[in-house]
Amino acid sequence: MATSDTPGNSLLSALPGAPEINPFDGVDFNDLERSLRRPRTLINLVLCGLVAGMTLMALVPLFSVIWMLLWRGGKNLSLALFTQLPPGPLEQGGGFGNAILGTMIIVLMAALISIPLGVLSALFMAQAPDGSTLASAVRFSAKVLTGFPSILAGVFAYGAIVLATGGYSAVAGAVAVSILMLPTIMLTAEDAIRMVPAKMKEAAIGMGATKTQTAIMVLLPTAFPGILTGIMLAVARAAGETAPLLFTSLFSSYWPFSGHQLNLMQPTASLAVLIYNFSGMPFKNQVEMAWSAALVMVLMVLITNLLGQALSRNQVRS
Amino acid sequence: MSGTSHAHELQPVGNSHAGEVGKAANQQVVIDCNIRELYYGPFKAVRDTIIPVKKNTITAFIGPSGCGKSTVLRCLNRMNDLVRGFRFEGHVHFRGKDIYHPSVDAVAVRRYIGMVFQQPNPFATSIFNNVAFGLRLNNFKGDKHAKVEEALRRAALWDEVKDKLHSSGLALSGGQQQRLCIARAIATEPEVLLMDEPCSALDPVATRKVEELMLELKTKFTIAIVTHNLHQALRVADLTGFLYVDTTQGGRTGYLVEFGDSKQLFEEPKEKHTRDYIRGEFS
Repeated sequence: MATSDTPGNSLLSALPGAPEINPFDGVDFNDLERSLRRPRTLINLVLCGLVAGMTLMALVPLFSVIWMLLWRGGKNLSLALFTQLPPGPLEQGGGFGNAILGTMIIVLMAALISIPLGVLSALFMAQAPDGSTLASAVRFSAKVLTGFPSILAGVFAYGAIVLATGGYSAVAGAVAVSILMLPTIMLTAEDAIRMVPAKMKEAAIGMGATKTQTAIMVLLPTAFPGILTGIMLAVARAAGETAPLLFTSLFSSYWPFSGHQLNLMQPTASLAVLIYNFSGMPFKNQVEMAWSAALVMVLMVLITNLLGQALSRNQVRS
Repeated sequence: MSGTSHAHELQPVGNSHAGEVGKAANQQVVIDCNIRELYYGPFKAVRDTIIPVKKNTITAFIGPSGCGKSTVLRCLNRMNDLVRGFRFEGHVHFRGKDIYHPSVDAVAVRRYIGMVFQQPNPFATSIFNNVAFGLRLNNFKGDKHAKVEEALRRAALWDEVKDKLHSSGLALSGGQQQRLCIARAIATEPEVLLMDEPCSALDPVATRKVEELMLELKTKFTIAIVTHNLHQALRVADLTGFLYVDTTQGGRTGYLVEFGDSKQLFEEPKEKHTRDYIRGEFS
């Protein structure tokens, strides 16, 4: 309308020959009052209450687990737990320093295996032309692998690594865990790379970037926060896995060293297996230690996640 | 197909008008574009389009939507290679070399023939890194800061961003983002700058700035621009090509109707289609 600069709702009156319209015709203003007797108000209230109630219910297991961990695991926390070796039966004191180190080593190695594999195959899936059979096949395999029973990953690594190398080892554990991390990283990283706006990719190619340069300089940095989220999810899952480690890295009451050398080819302790072993023992000291180990494990995952978030926030800002 | 096409220089090509020799007509032909037939899969998108892009001029492609002007522009630096099913018959010669010759690397072509897109598309990184992108691509070893400043000054953006070079390029306004993209494209000093409706996402003030910038830039670069805005073509372009859609053979195939000096094309078009199209816009 040419008269759009006139203020207010003069649009109607501005139309020449428009009939007088009362916009409030047929509106019963008594209807505006809020009343519980009206069905829509009542239904709304009940459903809102239901949503709030269910939300609280969902929080109950989460908080009761955390509370239990803090309560049972927190009271025995001490520096010795982090520095000493696990106690034998009926022994007092001791710690699980070797299990903390072992978990870190196994998860780190698993990440070193699964991150390059996962991110690069995600790059392939995201960049393959639409309808690429290979990309669909890889994506399908990743989705199937997401629901892969963790104990089978352990059996696989037992057959592939333990039997081949002749013994339980941290390496075998890392391989088993990396199989579980891989699909999470692949699928989340693919999503993250797909989220990079097509126009950015076009800009890079228009500047004369090769596919590799486009991936390294544009796609991966832009998708980095999303990829990192996937890695963190995978690490969190990996740190808590017990079943695959029972067949592969087993357990050890000693530090994972031979002399002063880190030895990755011998049975290695991990927090998850320590909790599994100690929680079933008839000794109070060991059971208490299992609780503390559970708390430490949760805290380790939490700290890793917070670090990851801080890292990705920094990345976005720069 | 490569080889001896320097002979194309200074020849009146296609529908251009040898009689109307403006200053632009005397310039050397940098890109000699001759598209006989261009297909996306079974779809024939463009036919019979011959456009010489001349050094230090602005060449505008105008025409109705779907007439293939962007397609033609994207042919000039092989951006169409990204489209599945793209193939064409004809040639595009850049300084006498056939850029579609099997021995030519499309990536290298795009380093000489840069592109600015319809939507401003800065990378999700700092202003500095955006402009330095091309320098990094080419492993530029010299003073990156000087180059970045030079490019931003040329893109008339330096004064607005000099204090926040390390904040995100995405935080700029649309017009600033587009000038940032232009700075990014010219930082590596390409020969030719292709602009695909660079102002269609901008407001009139930003559009005016980008237009002024184009007139600045043509002293150093050669520019080819696709625009929907005929006024813009008349304001900035030395030479204009008018493309139209041919629906007579079943499909919707674009073709070049008329090419020539902008002033002449807008004031006394030779072809009926051009006349009708321009009259629709200007009256």
